[in-house]
Amino acid sequence: MNTPRRTFLKLSGGAGALAVAAAAGLLKTAAVAAAEWNQDAFSAKAVNDALKSLGATNLIESRDIVITAPEIAENGAVVPVAVTSKIPNTQTIAIIAEKNPFPLAASFNIAGGGEGYVSTRLKMGETSNVRAVVKADGKFYTTVKEVKVTIGGCG
Amino acid sequence: MAEPMRIRATLQGDVADVRILMMHPMETGQRKDSKGQLVPQHFIKNVTVTHNGKVVFDAQWSQAVSRNPFLGVKVKGAKVGDKIGVTWIDNKGDKRTDEVTVTAPS
Repeated sequence: MNTPRRTFLKLSGGAGALAVAAAAGLLKTAAVAAAEWNQDAFSAKAVNDALKSLGATNLIESRDIVITAPEIAENGAVVPVAVTSKIPNTQTIAIIAEKNPFPLAASFNIAGGGEGYVSTRLKMGETSNVRAVVKADGKFYTTVKEVKVTIGGCG
Repeated sequence: MAEPMRIRATLQGDVADVRILMMHPMETGQRKDSKGQLVPQHFIKNVTVTHNGKVVFDAQWSQAVSRNPFLGVKVKGAKVGDKIGVTWIDNKGDKRTDEVTVTAPS
């Protein structure tokens, strides 16, 4: 009668210790991975400077990158933007709002096991092209989609 | 510490569809408060997603990501019961980690 209870307690105790260890390991891994922030790219005021700071050269126009965003964003403070990359071995996906004061909005590194897909919500100051830049196998690919903004969301 | 994130990780085939809502003001530093003072920059700079402890996805963000940021990602090779962890770090050095388990599609 006591055996199942003892087994249960032993299992939950073990799971608890594991959870603490995992959390500690999680934090350490996350802290190490999250130390970088591309200051130059994020402070660039011109799209070309942002691209340069991202190391993105010889951009190849690609239809294998799909940007999902509204034709018209009613609220520039919250514009849903999703990027799907069907390019094999996608390593990073960067999203640029070309007319924003600082065009580079976000950069995602999926090399660790994420699928070539990312979805988020951005602030856009005015109607502009949203540009996705994908790095795959060391090469850079890009596509744009225009998003009209009725009320700007930067201020 | 900041408010907890709302995370859902649902299995679709062998891919975990992860949807995260983080609670954060994401101040650009360009907004003025009611007194006409500029509200200082306060935004998430880094986000990391782990799958059973391994970093599978990490992001660098600017202040252009919307307030209470939403993030959707897909994690390959996932199974029901796997742990998905999300950590964010902001420009003030505040950080937050939350974890969920991958659930079966409903």
